[in-house]
Amino acid sequence: MTLEFAAVVEDRGFDVELEVADGETVAVLGPNGAGKSTLLSLVAGLLRPDHGTARLGDRVLFDVDGRGRGPSLRPHERGVSMLAQDALLFPHLSALDNVAFGPRSTGVPRREAGRRARDWLDRVDATGLAERRPAQLSGGQAQRIAVARALAADPCLLLLDEPMAALDVSVAPALRRTLRDVLADRTAVIVTHDVLDAYTLADRVVVLDGGRVVDAGPTRAVLDRPTTPFAAGLAGLDLLTGTARGGGVRLEDGTLLTARSADGLPAGAAAAVAVRPSAVRVSTGTPSGPTPSENVLDVVVTDLEPRGDVVRVRAGDVSADVPPGVVAGLDLVPGSVVRFSFDAGDAVAYLV
Amino acid sequence: MTPALHRAYAGVPVWIAVVAALGAAFVLLPLVAMVSRVDWAEFVPLVTSESSVAAFWLSLRTSVTATLLCVVLGVPMAVVLARTGFRGQRVLRSLVLLPLVLPPVVGGIALLYTFGRRGLLGQAFDALGVTIAFSTTAVVLAQTFVALPFLVLSLEGALRTVGTRYEAVAATLGARPTTVLRRVTLPLVLPALVSGAVLSFARALGEFGATLTFAGSLQGVTRTLPLEIYLQRETDPDAAVALSLVLVLVAVVVVALAHRAGGPSGVATRRRGS
Repeated sequence: MTLEFAAVVEDRGFDVELEVADGETVAVLGPNGAGKSTLLSLVAGLLRPDHGTARLGDRVLFDVDGRGRGPSLRPHERGVSMLAQDALLFPHLSALDNVAFGPRSTGVPRREAGRRARDWLDRVDATGLAERRPAQLSGGQAQRIAVARALAADPCLLLLDEPMAALDVSVAPALRRTLRDVLADRTAVIVTHDVLDAYTLADRVVVLDGGRVVDAGPTRAVLDRPTTPFAAGLAGLDLLTGTARGGGVRLEDGTLLTARSADGLPAGAAAAVAVRPSAVRVSTGTPSGPTPSENVLDVVVTDLEPRGDVVRVRAGDVSADVPPGVVAGLDLVPGSVVRFSFDAGDAVAYLV
Repeated sequence: MTPALHRAYAGVPVWIAVVAALGAAFVLLPLVAMVSRVDWAEFVPLVTSESSVAAFWLSLRTSVTATLLCVVLGVPMAVVLARTGFRGQRVLRSLVLLPLVLPPVVGGIALLYTFGRRGLLGQAFDALGVTIAFSTTAVVLAQTFVALPFLVLSLEGALRTVGTRYEAVAATLGARPTTVLRRVTLPLVLPALVSGAVLSFARALGEFGATLTFAGSLQGVTRTLPLEIYLQRETDPDAAVALSLVLVLVAVVVVALAHRAGGPSGVATRRRGS
């Protein structure tokens, strides 16, 4: 069922419009405090907007006018299930009774509710856990049951609030696979910090920042060609923005960058260059002038962060991933003046 | 508790332990003194005299009824206080919990001017042919009046501790508010509800001042065990001591029950590790 949503919450500076097509999964990305949880609470009916309208299929979820008046369905009347970071299984009920809770609450007879619950446990590979109490389940198992419970309620729309954030990295992949299967034809909104979730589960992403939508589009388009520093950070890309100029992109400080597909950009348009930090090299001193296909940026190191077998060298918004040996060899510390360089072939230019 | 926890560093100063022991002695010594004065040879005849048995059953009956009333009235009060916000809520909470700090005899006088023959509601009841003051009903009302805050207080605290997250999940699963209350909220706070009810029962069982003022002391009708003990003390101190021991035993059983209810099954405070 299609969700059409537009709402304002004044004191949180929240003003978002969102549409989710029937059967589509939309990932909502954004830094902390961007309004992601507010969005879910509004759709679920746990929070009332100052004004706005929302429709799910042909039902009006809320229609609140400028004076804060108007109808608003209560949470249990909306057909919207929510899966949170914590499984929040009812501790006094068995796994099976937890899953049967939704059907039982809407008047399905006990036996039929139990049958549906077993069905859903089966679909999330948790048949063997039916009789367990939540206290006897691991985090991953509990979240699996919570997925079954949310879906057993037969929601028109499923909301997922960072469902994998509280799980060990070792169990997250299995749950992600389960979610991919159950979300396939389902209308869903998933809030996440993990770009992998967006790639695996979502058809489209929406980036929120400061209570506004700052970027939206098909997952690959948004993450491969980010237009906001936040989306670039998620995608693990360096983002350099400027103006398209004769076969390249000119940054504010005058540096001209060349990159793939830069030729086709209309001169004068706002454009960006994205490059992976692993493709950026770091050097000091003034080596021989750059080759025509090489981009150079003279920067000051702001931060060094070890990341497994590489060290991320940050200089403001730009980063380079280099082996620890290079960092030691160049004697890099915050404040070092260095030259970042990358080949045009490793970077892509596009309009923003 | 595991042995390891016993050995863990606690950092309790010696003088604290000494004062604590003094405090414990202060509570326990009077009980010992009382037990030492029990006339064991006459114990059974004393506690099974007609007036004693009548007082015992009256106490039990009225206390159980008062506890049920406390649950029926107190659960909604606790839910409203813990889950809603409205103007004057803090003031209302303080007023509702007033019987906790009010001298019981003052409570009795207040009840008398409410349900008494000339009271605020008493005249209306009188017109219907119902007299409340100085009846067994009055005993139950007096006990409920003083015991209700115990239940409300313990349940409201538990409701706040549990929070609303489970209730929100239940609502998004399609459960209407009444279903959420019955199937999620109340089961989650059941230990607190039971221990609150037990506390209320204990308070009702020991009620004296409000009962005497509002209900009087008629054998078999309003003379509960504490009243009987007070009366016997004048004429037959041995009977008073024997009955006091009975009341102590009931209190011990009640405390033991409350401890069990509030203890291991405390799902409300359980937190799952990540």
